[in-house]
Amino acid sequence: MTASLSGHMSALTRRRLFWPVTILIVLLLANLLFTPDFFKIEIRGGHLYGSLIDIVRFGAPLIMVALGMTLVIATRGIDLSVGSIVAICGALACLWISGQDDQNSVAGVLTAVGLALGLALVLGLWNGFLVAGVGMQPIIATLILMVAGRGLAQLITDGQIITINSTPYKLIGGGYWLTVPFSILLALGAVALAVALTRRTALGMLIESVGGNAEASRLAGIGSRRIIVMVYVFCAFCAGIAGLMISSNVSSADGNNAGLWIELDAILAVVIGGTSLAGGRFSIGGTVVGALLIQALSTTIYTVGVPPETTLLFKALVVTVVCLIQSPAFRAKVFQRRRRPSARAAAREKTKVEVAP
Amino acid sequence: MFRRGLAAALAAGVLVSMLAACGGGQDSSANQSGGGSDQLTLGFSQVGAESGWRTANTKSVQEAAKEAGIDLKFSDAQQKQENQIKAIRSFIQQKVDAIAFSPVVESGWDTVLKEVKDAGIPVILTDRAVDSTDTSLYKTFIGSDFVVEGTKAGEWLVKEYEGKPDPVNIVELQGTTGSAPANDRKKGFGDVVAADPKFKIIASQTGDFTRAKGKEVMEAFLKANKDIDVLFAHNDDMGLGAIEAIEGAGLRPGTDIKIITIDGVKDGMQALADGKISFIAECSPLLGPQLMDLVKKAVKGEQIPTRVLTEETTFTQEQAKAALPGRKY
Repeated sequence: MTASLSGHMSALTRRRLFWPVTILIVLLLANLLFTPDFFKIEIRGGHLYGSLIDIVRFGAPLIMVALGMTLVIATRGIDLSVGSIVAICGALACLWISGQDDQNSVAGVLTAVGLALGLALVLGLWNGFLVAGVGMQPIIATLILMVAGRGLAQLITDGQIITINSTPYKLIGGGYWLTVPFSILLALGAVALAVALTRRTALGMLIESVGGNAEASRLAGIGSRRIIVMVYVFCAFCAGIAGLMISSNVSSADGNNAGLWIELDAILAVVIGGTSLAGGRFSIGGTVVGALLIQALSTTIYTVGVPPETTLLFKALVVTVVCLIQSPAFRAKVFQRRRRPSARAAAREKTKVEVAP
Repeated sequence: MFRRGLAAALAAGVLVSMLAACGGGQDSSANQSGGGSDQLTLGFSQVGAESGWRTANTKSVQEAAKEAGIDLKFSDAQQKQENQIKAIRSFIQQKVDAIAFSPVVESGWDTVLKEVKDAGIPVILTDRAVDSTDTSLYKTFIGSDFVVEGTKAGEWLVKEYEGKPDPVNIVELQGTTGSAPANDRKKGFGDVVAADPKFKIIASQTGDFTRAKGKEVMEAFLKANKDIDVLFAHNDDMGLGAIEAIEGAGLRPGTDIKIITIDGVKDGMQALADGKISFIAECSPLLGPQLMDLVKKAVKGEQIPTRVLTEETTFTQEQAKAALPGRKY
C-alpha cells in the first residue's frame, strides 16, 4: 500500500512540470498568509478583479515573449533582441495612433497594429537571416538588434513618452472582453496555436531535431535553415504582440523602458519550464508556468512588502532555489542520504511480515 | 563559399563604420582645440531621455548653451553609469573647458572624478548629487533639493488632514532604488509625516519612475491593503500609471485616494487640472541659464557657492489650471 503510494508519488515528481507547478502553488499560498483574500476573484466595474487575475494579466506579455523564446531555444538558439522589439512595436503603434485625427478610429488602430507587427516580422527575418543565412552565433546576431533596436525605438519616440488616448488600442493590453482581460485571451490563443502547430503536426519534432543536430537534420532532408528562420520570425512576432500589450496597458510608449530586460526574464521562464538551453527539446506548458512563476514572484514582493533594497536579492534566492530543486542531480544528492535509512527500515518491515505467518 | 563571403563583407562593413566613427571623433576634438580661441567648450552627460522632465532639462541646457555662446558636447548615458563614465573620460580626452553631468546613481564616482580633477577640468553636478566624501572633486552642485520637494509634499498632506484625528493610510511609490531623488524624496516626506502618529506609510515599493511599473505596483497595493487614503509617488509618471490602476479598481483617483506627486510635467499637470492628482511639488528642469553662468565663472576661476538651488514652486489643482497653458514642458 505505502509502496504503491510512494511509487505514484515518485512517478508524479518525475513529471517535468511537477516542481515548477509545486513552487508556483507554494508561492501563491505564501501570499495567503499576508493577504487573507489573495485568492478572491470578484467582478468589479464590469470586469474580473483580483490578485490572481493581476498575475496572469501582467504576466501575459512575458508569456508571449517566452513562448517565442522557447522555440528559438529549442533550436539551440537564443534571441536577445525581444526586449528591443517590444519597445519598437509599442513605439511605432503609438506614434501612428498619435498622428491620427481621430485616435478612437478602429481602422487607424488596426493599421497601427498591422504596421507594428509587420515591422516585427521584418526584424525577425533579419535575425533569422543572420543566424541561418550568414551563420552567425545566435547570441551575437541578436545582440546587434538588442542594442541597435533600443536606439531605433528611441528614434521613433524621439526620446519622449508618447501618450495616446485611444479606446480600441487600450483593449489590447488594458481592456476586457466578456469580463476577462483581453491580454490573457490573446496570450491563451497564442499558446494554444503554438501547441497545436508543434504538437499536432510534425513541426515540433522538426524543431527539436534541428536543435539536436542541425547538420544531421539537414542531411536527413529537413530544411534546417527554413526552420531556424521561421522560429526567429515567430519569436519576433510574439515579442511584437507583447510590445502592443505593454504600451496599450499604460496608453503610452516609452522607448527607453518598455520591455527592458524582458529577454532575461523570458530566458529564465523558459529554463524554469524545463526547456534545455542546449536545444533539442522544449515544453511550452513549462514555459507558461515559468512565466507565471516570475510574475507571481513580483506580485508577492509587492504584496508582502519586501523592501525595494532587498528585492533583487530575494528574487535571486527564490530563483536559485527553484533551479536547484528542479535539478534531478541536486535532488538525488540531497535527498538520497535521508531516504536511504527509511528505505532500509521499510525493507526490514517487509521481511518481518513475510516471516510472521 | 557564399556564406563566408557574406560574413567577410559584413565584418568589413562594421570595421569601416568603426573607423569612420573614430575619425569623426578625432576631427571634432582637433577642431575645437585648434580653432577654439576663446569659445568655451562644455561636456555635458545627461542621464537619458526617460521622461518629459528630462527632455525639457536637455532642451534648457542646449538652448542656454547656444545663447551663452558655449560649444556644447552633449552625450546621452541611456541611464547607465558605465556609459556616463565613458562619456566623461572622452570629454577629458577632448580637452573640454568644463564638464557638467547628472549622475545616474549616487555612488561610484570617485575614480573618474579624480581623473577629471587631475586633468584640471572643473566639474559641475546638475540635478543629481554624488555621495562622494571628497567635495573638492566638483566645483558646485546645481539642482533641486529633493529633500525639500519631499518635505513640501508632506507639509501639504499634514495641512490637508489638519484637525482630522482619523488615521491616514499612505502608500508610497519610490523612484529607482538607490537614486538620489528616490532616497531624498522618501526622507523629506517621511520626516514630515512621522511627526504625527496618525499618518502611517503602510506600503512602499519601487516603481522605477515608469508608468508601467507604477500601475503594476499600485494594482498589488490595492489588493493587499483595503484602506488606502493617500498615494505619494516620487514622480508624475508613476502617479499617472497608478491612476489607471485606481480607476480599474472602481475608485476615483484624487477623491477616494488623494494623490501627491513630484515634477510637474505636462501630462501630470493635466491630470492635476482634471482633479485626478491632488498636489504636485514642482521639480523644475529649466536650469540651463543658471548652469551656463556657473560654467563661465568656474572656468575663470571665480569663487562660486558649492550648492545652487533651482527656483521651484508647488501646484494645487486650481493653480495647475491657471499655469497649464503657459507650461514649457
